[in-house]
Amino acid sequence: MNAIILSAILGVVMMLSSAFIKNTKAYKSIALVGLIILLLANICETYSHAWLDIPMYDMLKFDRFGLYFNTLAIACTFLFCAFSQKEIEKVGQYIGEYFALIFFVLCGIFILSAYNNLLMLFVGIEIMSIPLYILTGARKENLKSNEASLKYFLMGSFSTGILLMGIALVYGGTGDFALTHHTAEINTSIAGAVNQPMSFLDVAGMLLILVGMCFKVSAAPFHFWAPDIYDGSPSVFSSFMATIVKAGAFIAFIRLFALREQETSILQNAIIGVDWKMLFSIIIVATLLFGNITAIFQQSVKRMLAYSSIAQAGFMLFALLSLNETAKEGLLLYVVAYSVATIGLFGILAKMKDYTLAGYNGMAKSHPTLAFANAIFLLSLSGIPLSIGFFAKYYMLMAVIQTGGYLWVAIVGVVFAVISVFYYFRVIWSMYFKEGSVELKYPVTKGFKVMAVVLALIIIILGTFPQIILNYLYF
Amino acid sequence: MIVLLILIPVAAGIISFFVKNGKAARTLALGASLLTFLAALVLVMTAKGTITLDQQWLPQIGSDFSLSMDGMAKMLCLLNAVALPLILSSTIREKYSNSGNFFGLLLLTQAGMMGVFLAADVLLFYFFWELALIPVYFLCSQYGGEKKIQATFKFFIYTFLGSLLLLIGIIYLYLKTPDHSFALEAFYNLHLTTTEQNVGFWLFFIAFAIKMPVFPLHTWQPDAYEQAPSAGTMVLSAVMVKMGIYATIRYVLPIFPEAAQHFNHIIIIFAVIGLLYASFIAIRQDDLKRLIAYSSIAHIGLMCAAVFSLQQIGMEGVMIQMFNHGINVLGLWIVATAIEQQIGTRKLSEMGGLATKAPVLAILFMIMALANVSLPLTNSFIGEFLMFNGLFRYNVWAGVFACVSIILVAIYTLWAMQKMFYGEVSDFTKNAVEAPKNTQYALVIITIVILILGVYPAPLLDLTKDTVHAVMSIK
Repeated sequence: MNAIILSAILGVVMMLSSAFIKNTKAYKSIALVGLIILLLANICETYSHAWLDIPMYDMLKFDRFGLYFNTLAIACTFLFCAFSQKEIEKVGQYIGEYFALIFFVLCGIFILSAYNNLLMLFVGIEIMSIPLYILTGARKENLKSNEASLKYFLMGSFSTGILLMGIALVYGGTGDFALTHHTAEINTSIAGAVNQPMSFLDVAGMLLILVGMCFKVSAAPFHFWAPDIYDGSPSVFSSFMATIVKAGAFIAFIRLFALREQETSILQNAIIGVDWKMLFSIIIVATLLFGNITAIFQQSVKRMLAYSSIAQAGFMLFALLSLNETAKEGLLLYVVAYSVATIGLFGILAKMKDYTLAGYNGMAKSHPTLAFANAIFLLSLSGIPLSIGFFAKYYMLMAVIQTGGYLWVAIVGVVFAVISVFYYFRVIWSMYFKEGSVELKYPVTKGFKVMAVVLALIIIILGTFPQIILNYLYF
Repeated sequence: MIVLLILIPVAAGIISFFVKNGKAARTLALGASLLTFLAALVLVMTAKGTITLDQQWLPQIGSDFSLSMDGMAKMLCLLNAVALPLILSSTIREKYSNSGNFFGLLLLTQAGMMGVFLAADVLLFYFFWELALIPVYFLCSQYGGEKKIQATFKFFIYTFLGSLLLLIGIIYLYLKTPDHSFALEAFYNLHLTTTEQNVGFWLFFIAFAIKMPVFPLHTWQPDAYEQAPSAGTMVLSAVMVKMGIYATIRYVLPIFPEAAQHFNHIIIIFAVIGLLYASFIAIRQDDLKRLIAYSSIAHIGLMCAAVFSLQQIGMEGVMIQMFNHGINVLGLWIVATAIEQQIGTRKLSEMGGLATKAPVLAILFMIMALANVSLPLTNSFIGEFLMFNGLFRYNVWAGVFACVSIILVAIYTLWAMQKMFYGEVSDFTKNAVEAPKNTQYALVIITIVILILGVYPAPLLDLTKDTVHAVMSIK
């Protein structure tokens, strides 16, 4: 609860500060301090020191998994703000508001990591999404950015509509919005109705919710909005959307199906006979296929990263297929691995004048530090050992293999991981093995270089000693 | 002490990245490689039995930093430790841009290979397996020939696919261990059903077969050898391919004994086809580097066939041949490099009459060539004899077909010898002079090893006796 309330308050504080403080540099400091407070508050709550004790009536349920995720999301946001503050300042004139919107997005994410009621799922998704529509169009003078914003808004609203329809049908089928109740004996709760096959309405509702959620995490075949929007929005916000926000949507996704798992498994006998695991497998394979294959053909690194983020979503979906403890831990690890690397990549990308592959030619000669950091980020995204990306993929594969009977999905995933190496390494080729001169839009400061190296070191250190995070998870 | 074998090259490799002076970097690399050699020599000479080291690494997932050095590991570590100083001294005249990076990558590759031979924890083994791969990828694609990027990328994709399948195999077995441990012992003690053995066998073996490489997974190899810088090719062919055979003996045979017995016919058929196929293609090669590459495929094919003959005598042959092949092929590469540097071509059709210009080189190459043909009194003779013996015991026809390669190898080796050193002096060779002293020294050392082991191979056989015994006693 701490995090939700505090992030909302911090959002308001940022808005007010932009009205009263004229020094643009101060916003960043306020935001970073705010994030640290938020982090501390959340850690306190993790170890049962909630500052506020508000009755939730089972609308929200704070468990370890959700709170751990919050900590990681806040830490990643901190890294994002510290690394990309210069770019945020350059997007437009409403810098304070941008930070405020980021806090509001976080508030939505925190709700999604704790919801226990389908209505809260809806509320969380909306709180998370609406600030994003604005951030996408933050570059007001840029037509592409405006178009992306409108597209995102329309697509987002459309998918929320489907989600809402699904929620309504589930309500129709079960007569309840709640996912679990405090008292287990009450059999009317959704999760309690293990012995009865799900009704037609319930199944149809869950399918619609599935579609809505697939939209949000850009899983195939509902992924087509993502490249245009990531490409059109200011790079710095694309990075936020592709990492922390997407992770938030994933947590919501996992929560829903983890809490309803008992029924989804008996669903094969249900009226319309949906085999959920098979359905997830198909979605995973399709997502990996579309994301990876399309990414190969991209000339723009920004668009390549957008498609690769779809491909990475495919890997994260492994957690949905497995829904076991390993999957949950793995997902948290994946969030860190993927977010840190992608924040770094987008951070450097935002400095570039030319977003195409050719723009990266010869970076190793002119900017060795940035090229080195970039190479580490890309190696981590490919899942090479000694980077945290390896452990992320390792956990996901382990989760699937543990499930039993789905070894083929793991093998398909591995084949696509090899394909992904192709486009990630193209950037490394450009940087290291091709001649050319890199033109930067903005000068690279020493601080930026240090931050890039810090991000790269985080990846290597966590890749060599993942127990730093694992210890925390296993506490 | 045992950890020094990994620690020295890792530390020197990392330091080397920051050394800007080319000469200093070379001295550092040479010094470090000599130190590693010394450490390996002391370990092999003084330590009796198996040396082990066990440190906690990732307790949460049951993986430890445990190393173990039995006879086979001692021999391969020694090969690895001998190879690098020889490689460095024979390529002393080559100039590299940014040589600090070059030597750093070379040393890291050596460290990775040491780790592969020493690891007694399967996850640790996987780590080192990849650690050996990545520096060598950068080494080859940054410092290689014209088509270096395509060639090394093909190599990387092949091996990375293998590695990931191996990872799935490792996780698959890990989940079957009773106490969820990655210790090699735990893997040995698994009681797997036939299906589990078969699935695991192929997941593991494909990775190793790509590395060896065995027909039909060999297509990356000639391109990679041709395009890599000389030092890279030497590392790849002298030591790295042994990783595949080593891992097959260490992992595949003991963990999947039933599957190995079930599938060994198929593998031997492929290995023998590959052996003949590579030999025939070698006869048609005009490029010296490609000729040695195909010759190497043929030799490795024989080793693979001998491993899967599952005969004690064949296994003894494989052990000693791993070392000998490493030494011989290193010698061939050193000569090939020396000749290319002298006359600026690798085409056999453009050479001729070198013996009058460089008699010492001619004599030394003659010895390497005879060792390649496995003439008695050279080191390979006893190894090949034992391996053919094993194959004959397995199946007469397999032995007969494999023996055809003895004729083929003699044809292409002597033919190449004749083209290069005898006949008319060509335009390219008319200005050639004797090979530089450092190359001669390296070749003399190799010649001494070839002759000593040719006359008295007992020390090597004794060294690896314990491993052969252990592997063959598993049923």
